[in-house]
Amino acid sequence: MIPGSGSRRWTYMADPKSDSRLLEIQDLQISFHTYAGEVHAVRGVSLSVEKSGSLAIVGESGCGKTVTMQAVMKLTPIPPGEIKSGSIVFNGRELIHLSDRDMQSVRGKDIGMIFQDPMTGLNPTMTVGVQIAETLVRHRRMGKAEAWEKAVEMLELVEIPQASLRASQYPHQFSGGMRQRAMIAIALACDPHLIIADEPTTSLDVTIQAQILELLQNLQNRLGMTIILITHNLGVVARIARHISVMYAGKVVETGTAEQVFHNSAHPYTRALLRSVPRLDLPTRTDLESIPGTPPDLFVPPPGCAFAARCKSAMQVCLEHDAGPYRVGDNHRVSCWLWDDRNPHRSDLFLRNGGIDL
Amino acid sequence: MMDIKPQQFNPVMLGSAEGEAITRPPVGYWQDAWMRFRKNKLAMTGLIVLAVMTLFAVLGPLISAWDYRSYEFGHANEFPNARHWLGTDYLGRDMFTRLGQGTRISVYIAIMSALINLAIGVTYGGISGYFGGAVDDVMMRTVDILIGIPYLLIVIILLTVMEPGLTSIIVAMTITGWAGMARLVRGQILQLREMEYVLAARLVGASPRRIIARHLIPNTMGVILVSLTANIPGAIFTEAFLSFIGLGVRTPLASLGTLANEGYQTLLVYPHNLVIPGVFISFLIMAFNFVGDGLRDALDPRLRQ
Amino acid sequence: MGRFILRRLGYAVLSLWIVVTFTFILMNAVPGGPFTTAKMTPQVKAMLLRKYNLDRPLWEQYVTLLKDLIRLDLGVSLYERGRSVNSIVSSCFPVSALLGAEALTTAVALGIALGIVAALYRGKGLDYVAITIAVIGASVPNFVVAAVLQCVVGGMWRILPIARWGGPATHVLPAIALGFATTAGLSRLMRSSMLEVINQDYVRTARAKGLTPTQITWRHMIRNAILPVVTVLGPTIAIIMTGTLVVERMFAIPGLGRYYVESIYNRDYTVIMGTTVFYVAFLLLMTFLVDVLYGLIDPRIRIAGRRGD
Repeated sequence: MIPGSGSRRWTYMADPKSDSRLLEIQDLQISFHTYAGEVHAVRGVSLSVEKSGSLAIVGESGCGKTVTMQAVMKLTPIPPGEIKSGSIVFNGRELIHLSDRDMQSVRGKDIGMIFQDPMTGLNPTMTVGVQIAETLVRHRRMGKAEAWEKAVEMLELVEIPQASLRASQYPHQFSGGMRQRAMIAIALACDPHLIIADEPTTSLDVTIQAQILELLQNLQNRLGMTIILITHNLGVVARIARHISVMYAGKVVETGTAEQVFHNSAHPYTRALLRSVPRLDLPTRTDLESIPGTPPDLFVPPPGCAFAARCKSAMQVCLEHDAGPYRVGDNHRVSCWLWDDRNPHRSDLFLRNGGIDL
Repeated sequence: MMDIKPQQFNPVMLGSAEGEAITRPPVGYWQDAWMRFRKNKLAMTGLIVLAVMTLFAVLGPLISAWDYRSYEFGHANEFPNARHWLGTDYLGRDMFTRLGQGTRISVYIAIMSALINLAIGVTYGGISGYFGGAVDDVMMRTVDILIGIPYLLIVIILLTVMEPGLTSIIVAMTITGWAGMARLVRGQILQLREMEYVLAARLVGASPRRIIARHLIPNTMGVILVSLTANIPGAIFTEAFLSFIGLGVRTPLASLGTLANEGYQTLLVYPHNLVIPGVFISFLIMAFNFVGDGLRDALDPRLRQ
Repeated sequence: MGRFILRRLGYAVLSLWIVVTFTFILMNAVPGGPFTTAKMTPQVKAMLLRKYNLDRPLWEQYVTLLKDLIRLDLGVSLYERGRSVNSIVSSCFPVSALLGAEALTTAVALGIALGIVAALYRGKGLDYVAITIAVIGASVPNFVVAAVLQCVVGGMWRILPIARWGGPATHVLPAIALGFATTAGLSRLMRSSMLEVINQDYVRTARAKGLTPTQITWRHMIRNAILPVVTVLGPTIAIIMTGTLVVERMFAIPGLGRYYVESIYNRDYTVIMGTTVFYVAFLLLMTFLVDVLYGLIDPRIRIAGRRGD
């Protein structure tokens, strides 16, 4: 902890718990160079996940959550993209400066990724079985026959009926939900330490969504794998994640356990998000709440807090400077000026039990 | 640590407009397209080449002392010199003038046939796409068959029986040439038809013709424009090819292809008589291709940033 | 798949019939008819007309034509009295077919290779070379290429023969001239197809699996990028075929293309008719075969999708 004039800024330094962290991202900054200018997609993101933990990264489209996680896999397209600074430590190993060659042994083997759109994520000219088997051949050096058998096992693991028949089929013969299961099977095939699921259910029907989530939950329980889930859907989060990081406009605005973030949210954006979820237990004819306005253009990021323009609790300082992370509770941190020690209105917060409408 | 005064923690009342403020001025579709086109070096080069060649075609025969048919026997097959800036052909005719004239004719034929194909194709495709159902089915089957018939063979056969000349070649090239455009336009129309604003127009009671003209066609413009500029290089090639075999424009009125044919007779001795028209043809095709590609990239809404 | 084949076949036959009818109408719409330029007495002319059944009413001639065609009899030449079109075709076509095949195979192989390389090394030197070749090939007409080759390689450098058809050396220049545009076009197509594939989600999945770039390129990119090239093979064959009309003439190659052009000059209507029919039939057959080939290669067409969850 760095002592400062009263503010409890929490910085990551020689943290005694860091060995149990499987992935740790510190102050990551990524930009994209387009012909219309430079887009600051990720502007200093720090987050982490424990071994066997489950973290959900929540935020609306364009907030940078996918870009961040793709950078972990070094899948960011580098000509327009540029990782400007920061550190990504996976299992004790710094990934930022790793060559593509070395990353090839990490991808698929140590970290598996499940993508959003199962309809386009599979090679249409290759059977599903081969698409699973090729990771095994590549990383586990299995022979083709052995890899094929394991591939069929994986399909069974993700609860696809008639697995051995299905393995010889092509993706277009699978339905959407089945394709997503196949994608999960591919990601899990080599038993990776970490699974990153990027909006795994967004493209699917609601009923299928529930099935996929249940599958992921089961797998997590059974295999004890660490999972990072990217989503904009809070309902999904509630089922799976034990920890949540909320992102907005390229930064993490709040981080904590699911308990803390849902019941004791500290950031106005988080609270607004939670309020905007339609609820069945409220009387009918209650207006749906939404957050007025749109996220800022990241070509010219605002100097202060990016949410200030839409925030009911905005203060003068919010427009001028960005807030550093402040400690709200054990492992609960928020980046909001409301929580700064020097905020004269701060005492109200504790009385209002998390309500921060001023 | 920053020095922050307590007043800075005062709440700020923000109008909802602040949240919606777009920090970059919006750029219209056509402006964005033009911007992208200009950045495309190849496309701009193509445009410049076309401009230069048009200039040559228009001004060349005008400023030259010679006309394209008069010949001087004593001065046949000259290399470029002061009197004849690009030399003479085997009959002693001035090549500079002939090339200018040839460019005019080649471009004229290409553009005319492309435009006619466009007119027929857009009408046909528009009707077919708009009405849909059985009408569309029959019309499209016909188009499919027309596309399946080898284009050049039809053109050749037609030219075999027709009087040689400018009109004949244009007619021959447009008899089935419109089929591709029709298919393209019809596909676009089918897509657009399902869009909400068409439904809105129909609800208001707009007549089919009005809908087609004012809603569907303007939005198909992009596709049409690109297709047009893609058609022209093909037309130039087809015409040159036919003239080279002797089926196209006949001397003394000559297109670039005809000039190339004449030049071929003396290839080994006076190669420039073929090479120069050949180069002209190549540049025309190249330039139109670049511009067409540039247009395609510029008008593609998916590439908008 | 079966229905698909039948439908394509049906279209092909229909197209062929339309062309035959169209050509027949045209040939007979010409004022004067055959033998007008030849110098002969009216009696001889009447005899010739009768011999070739040209004095019959049109519709009868038409029916006879159709019957002949079904029996695969393409008629008899008017210019070269007595020689049947079938014999002309069978002696000249193999030459054209060989030349065309040579041009096609080299063009396809080179074009695809160039396209792949250009896409993978996008923006670097090789890409520019490939693009330049593609642009030149797309812009310079085949007869200009042929002429330049004859002039430079044959005339100035004297490495290869300028014309005539014989040993392997004589095949080189014509095949290049014939296939150049195709090489250029295919490389461009392959390049853009590869670039499109590179951005596909399944390539991203392949990368996320940690596969090596080579594995990704071959199994995931090329396999998918090549599909559009196959669809274009039909028109490509047509282009090469029409190219023979000009190239054979320039290189003095005794193929069907050269004969066809000559028959046009000579107004030998039966030969024009018969050869056109032959060409159209050949092209329709090729297009049909290519379509079937594509149906076999693309699993999405080969196997109809079945759903279930």
